[in-house]
Amino acid sequence: MSQDITLAQFRRWLSLFAEQVQEQVDLLTELDAAIGDADHGANMQRGMRKVQERLQDPTATGGDIGSLFRSIAMTLISTVGGAAGPLFGAFFLRAAKDVDGTDAVSLEQLAAMFRSGLEGVQQRGKAQIEEKTMIDALQPAVEALEAAVAEGLDAAAALDRALEAARRGMLHTAELQASKGRASYLGPRSIGHQDPGATSAFYLIQSAAAALGRQAQAEES
Amino acid sequence: MIALIIVSHCHDIAEGVCRLAGEMTQTPVPIAGVGGIVDENGQRQIGTDATAVLEAIESCWRPAGVLILVDLGSAILSAETALELLPDEQRERCLISNAPLVEGAVVAALEASLGHSLEDVNRAAEAVRNLDKVLR
Repeated sequence: MSQDITLAQFRRWLSLFAEQVQEQVDLLTELDAAIGDADHGANMQRGMRKVQERLQDPTATGGDIGSLFRSIAMTLISTVGGAAGPLFGAFFLRAAKDVDGTDAVSLEQLAAMFRSGLEGVQQRGKAQIEEKTMIDALQPAVEALEAAVAEGLDAAAALDRALEAARRGMLHTAELQASKGRASYLGPRSIGHQDPGATSAFYLIQSAAAALGRQAQAEES
Repeated sequence: MIALIIVSHCHDIAEGVCRLAGEMTQTPVPIAGVGGIVDENGQRQIGTDATAVLEAIESCWRPAGVLILVDLGSAILSAETALELLPDEQRERCLISNAPLVEGAVVAALEASLGHSLEDVNRAAEAVRNLDKVLR
């Protein structure tokens, strides 16, 4: 049986996610300039700076995973400004419901949190797979994670599967026509461009794989 | 009487629509505008903030209900997020309108000032979508 994933690792995940988004701000802006209104990079950067600030203050983010997620959700919905705020906010708000008062979760519980988070995003954005949105990276990742758990893989292997599924999903958005959000106004002209929201969602999964799959690293840092 | 909340990406639009709609009624209607976000430098930026929508609903709260008029995109998602954060009994008395923001707010203010119900005010505001501005 794999070891539980700890609150410290969840904090590390969010910190890595914030770092990753900020490193890739120019790419996110460029992707959004092609099919949107070029604000996704700046919006996410503004939100992630605030997330990092919050993470510096342990009292502001609570002593359990549910409180941590709720705090991050509120930060994102009040600072991002664009659709990504309520959408990532919905992910963390829904995922938080499963882990109130908990400071460590099993891999099975993690998969359930991801499923709840995905459902939150789907419900808020009313998007399905293949509509060129965050869902195209998130849903394959969640499905891969669930399948890996069913196979009995450990956290590192399971999250690597999720990461690869998210990467494929993100890259696949370039082939899709947008039917949600600002990009949908472009119709067929949205084809050929990778979706910025799916790219941010990929960073969420990539940072999860780095922080939640490898306990030793998380403890050292 | 119900209250109205105007949610726009732009602070000036939200404030302007409130002012315009407020001018149209003889009886004052509770109305609040929520627009834009404030960045880390204290500058107003284009965007929407669900927690600001939530605060506006709470500060304008009327038991008869709150009608929320939105511009587009994240304004809708932020309004929905604000409703999710409200207690159930308040959420049930809130409605996000499909009405166009400016024309809808003017009609909604008039209807609200006459003491009409949340559902009736929304119906009248949404009906504005089908009005031609210019006859051709």
